[in-house]
Amino acid sequence: MFEKSVADLGRALAAKQVSAVELAKLYLERIERHKQLNAFLDVRPDVTLAQARDADARIARGDATPLTGVPVAHKDIFVTRDFASTASSRMLKGYMSPFDATVVEKLGLAGMVTLGKLNCDEFAMGSSNENSYYGNVLNPWDKTAVPGGSSGGSAAAVAARIAPAATATDTGGSIREPAAFSGITGIKPTYGRASRWGMIAFASSLDQAGIMTASAEDAALIFNGMLGFDPKDSTSVDRAGEDYTRSLNHSVKGLRIGVPKEFFGEGLQPDVEKAVREALAEYVRQGAVLVDISLPNAALGIPVYYVIAPAECSSNLSRFDGVRYGHRAAHYGDLDDMIKKSRAEGFGPEPRRRILIGAYVLSHGYYDAYYIQAQKVRRIIADEFQQAFRQCDIIAGPVTTSVAFGFGEKAADPVAMYLSDLYTIPGSLAGIPGMSIPCGFGAKNRPVGLQLMSNYFEEAKLLGVAHQYQQATDWHMRLPPGAKS
Amino acid sequence: MPLTSSDVKRIAHLARIEITEAETEHTLGQLNGIFKLIEQLQSVDTTGIEPMSHPLGGGQRLREDVAIDHPDRDAIMKNAPASQDGLFLVPRVIE
Amino acid sequence: MNWEVVIGLETHAQLSTQSKIFSGASTAFGAAPNTQASVIDVALPGSLPVLNKGAVERAIRFGLAIGATINRRSIFARKNYFYPDLPKGYQISQFEIPVVQGGKIAIVSPTRGEIAIQLTRAHLEEDAGKSLHEDFHGMSGIDLNRAGTPLLEIVSEPEMSSADEAVAYAKALHSLVRWIDICDGNMQEGSFRCDANVSVRRPGAPLGTRREIKNLNSFRFLQQAIEYEIKWQIETLEDGGKIQQATVLFDPDSGQTRVMRLKEDAHDYRYFPDPDLLPLELSDEWLEEVQAHMPLLQEEVSGKFMNEYDLTPYQARTLTSSRELAEYFESAARDSDSKVAQLCANWISGNLSAQLNEEDLDISQSRISAVQLRGLAERIADGTISGKMAKEVFDVMWAGEGSADEIIERKGLKQISDAGAIGKIVDTVIAANAQQVADYKAGKEKAFNSLVGQVMKASQGKANPGQVNEILKKKLG
Repeated sequence: MFEKSVADLGRALAAKQVSAVELAKLYLERIERHKQLNAFLDVRPDVTLAQARDADARIARGDATPLTGVPVAHKDIFVTRDFASTASSRMLKGYMSPFDATVVEKLGLAGMVTLGKLNCDEFAMGSSNENSYYGNVLNPWDKTAVPGGSSGGSAAAVAARIAPAATATDTGGSIREPAAFSGITGIKPTYGRASRWGMIAFASSLDQAGIMTASAEDAALIFNGMLGFDPKDSTSVDRAGEDYTRSLNHSVKGLRIGVPKEFFGEGLQPDVEKAVREALAEYVRQGAVLVDISLPNAALGIPVYYVIAPAECSSNLSRFDGVRYGHRAAHYGDLDDMIKKSRAEGFGPEPRRRILIGAYVLSHGYYDAYYIQAQKVRRIIADEFQQAFRQCDIIAGPVTTSVAFGFGEKAADPVAMYLSDLYTIPGSLAGIPGMSIPCGFGAKNRPVGLQLMSNYFEEAKLLGVAHQYQQATDWHMRLPPGAKS
Repeated sequence: MPLTSSDVKRIAHLARIEITEAETEHTLGQLNGIFKLIEQLQSVDTTGIEPMSHPLGGGQRLREDVAIDHPDRDAIMKNAPASQDGLFLVPRVIE
Repeated sequence: MNWEVVIGLETHAQLSTQSKIFSGASTAFGAAPNTQASVIDVALPGSLPVLNKGAVERAIRFGLAIGATINRRSIFARKNYFYPDLPKGYQISQFEIPVVQGGKIAIVSPTRGEIAIQLTRAHLEEDAGKSLHEDFHGMSGIDLNRAGTPLLEIVSEPEMSSADEAVAYAKALHSLVRWIDICDGNMQEGSFRCDANVSVRRPGAPLGTRREIKNLNSFRFLQQAIEYEIKWQIETLEDGGKIQQATVLFDPDSGQTRVMRLKEDAHDYRYFPDPDLLPLELSDEWLEEVQAHMPLLQEEVSGKFMNEYDLTPYQARTLTSSRELAEYFESAARDSDSKVAQLCANWISGNLSAQLNEEDLDISQSRISAVQLRGLAERIADGTISGKMAKEVFDVMWAGEGSADEIIERKGLKQISDAGAIGKIVDTVIAANAQQVADYKAGKEKAFNSLVGQVMKASQGKANPGQVNEILKKKLG
């Protein structure tokens, strides 16, 4: 049963071949069995089973959606009433939110059953999940490798099938990179499609929720329940709802796939390039046309990102002062000392580092040179995507330069770590949809991801293109050896 | 333009994060590495380009002026490190 | 040698919305601590701001009223600093592009006469919470009910040259924000508070170093604080000292200002556009709609009163000191002749105001309606009652006993203006007071007054005094 897709689980539930409670128990057992992965931070079987019973009652009443009774787990960046919400930080240890994030609420309304909260990099800052206060998450394909970050727990949980689907968030690649490293499907929609209400903010102009699943079809089904306008988020896009599954069966015949030459330059490892080129060849076999395109300033995405994201985060994380909630130092002198010590103790090294970078680039005398300049280059990069989309329908390339690296390999060098997001950051800066789908294995048998990007609001097309590939290949169906039981 | 340890101390104070001498030096090295990366931006000609604050354009949506939210104080204050009589408690505020 | 004083004011007017600027919590004053602080106002993780249309509309009204430029596109920025009553660690405010720019406020300066004070800008922002310093075992308590209350920060150019002018400006502004109904103006509750930037210089010299006096919440404190500050700065300079740029607080008990922080410790606020909010864009249609609902402004109404009811500039200004008062006068005087209108004006600024003051009521709480007051004025104008009787009617009316006509009828207060009836009383009095009649005829004026008194007494005070005089004189030859 755990090998089934979300779509199949929904059908099995509707046909009463399995109950939501049985399914919840099955996954709770798997979570327990694969505890070593450290993917989950909070599991509360009583809460999960109560939701499952509600789902069963709903199915019995006949007002179920295709998602009712299907389990899902949430990245611990989304606040939840029934589970602790920590952002994987000591700062929020044990924090109980009085409200649910809109994404959590919407999936709950669709009838999905929450399995618990998933480990991630602290405040979603990182590319390897080595920045969690609650420990590393292991890559189910190779436990000496990182699962990617920041949504490492989400990626590992889906890869090991201890959850059929997991919410995630992407600021500079935090869905696509771990999806690639963990051999699963991950998609971030257009900025503004998923509500940010209840997402613990990292960099507000970049943060966007998405979903991790085994397949594109599953992601499309969940998007139907998860996305949509939210008046509580001023940056939420007010557009009519749509059916994200509508283009799944569209053929790619005649589809123009743009291949940016900058994504195949120096630094791309041959194993990754080989798998990606083979995936592109599959599209050609299906009738798509490859078009050479250029995103000349894509590489500047990293410096732009490391100005804008820290600037926004330094301000977003100012609310954690030990006054109203969160960590308060045990020993301090005066008020200022209390705040300084609480923040020094409550935040790990990466948030501290980014807060300092952000405070510097916004400070008096540096604002124009760093922040304004970064915002201008951000526009140059976004405009280059628009140029590119005049020549092609979809952009494809690698997600990362290499397969998953080992624990500790980059942890000591922030700059090396930051460079892992070279191919994902440009799309985040533009705010366009992007996804990663499994396309083979590289060095040490670690998974390789194919990145697909579309223009704004073309998620349905993007999902269709991914689905067509997954109809012809089975990479997304493969399970890590350890996950088969 | 590399940062100095006094820059690090100044921004740590601005950001209200306590930092020791040893941490200052270590952080200085890391920040200078990152700023070397960031400095690439200085050579880009951005004349005439509008800064991009949001991925999508458009204006602010407005909410009708109705007091519809009736906060539940207990729920909102349940995570408070220290509270009394419905107030959050902090070390004495001096004005 | 002379000193020139330069004063600029920054005023925070709390906007009279139902809900907060970025949340749906109530703005009502005086609730139990933290019961009006929503998840947004407490800045719980994951909460986000959504802008209140009512706050924006009030800013537009202000801009229209002062003839300012209303920016069609303005930006909300974050002003970053740490303070326990600032829950997000930043205040959402407008920095580079405010919603209102320019405009002016007319004031009457005691030394310069009628002048206009130019405004720099007015921008929308959110208020902070409050720190309570009562002793909680050496701790302070934080109440966030006020956090997120909408404020319009109104910044003047440094164009005032005395405490009197600053107070005149603050009063004019105070009266304007109430007139256009964007702020309740309650200074005790902090709905209207001023910061004053004060510097002194030798005539013709460049601007002196300024000190900013924070949070003045009464006109009296504003006056006292500025006067003290001017005196202190002049004395310091004359003693060869230097002024250091600083933020100071005024202590009403000592009447002195003291330094809160020097410029060296000024904050580096790290302003940047708030990524949670998009630019505020105002359409022409909306501005036109707001304009269409604007009331006539104070000067306009005051001019109308002078034209239509022949009021003096002083009367007109008094009756337009608030919109409620002007509306009261208008409903009392509407369509009446100038005599009745004058009487209404005098009674409103005289007896009625005194009575309201005495009972600490405002005009909307008056126990005498405009219609009732008009009835009284009409009976005075047509001679039914004398001024003295009118006062009695007024008091009874205040006590809630009906219209002027009803009271006059019930109390039999109607004035006797019938010459025949008065003549009869006069005859009786002359017959009964032969000695005084003789005295009068011998040239003793005093005796005449005594006879008038006798007639009034005999008529129980109802005889028209003018007629009594006239008839008595005639009959005495």
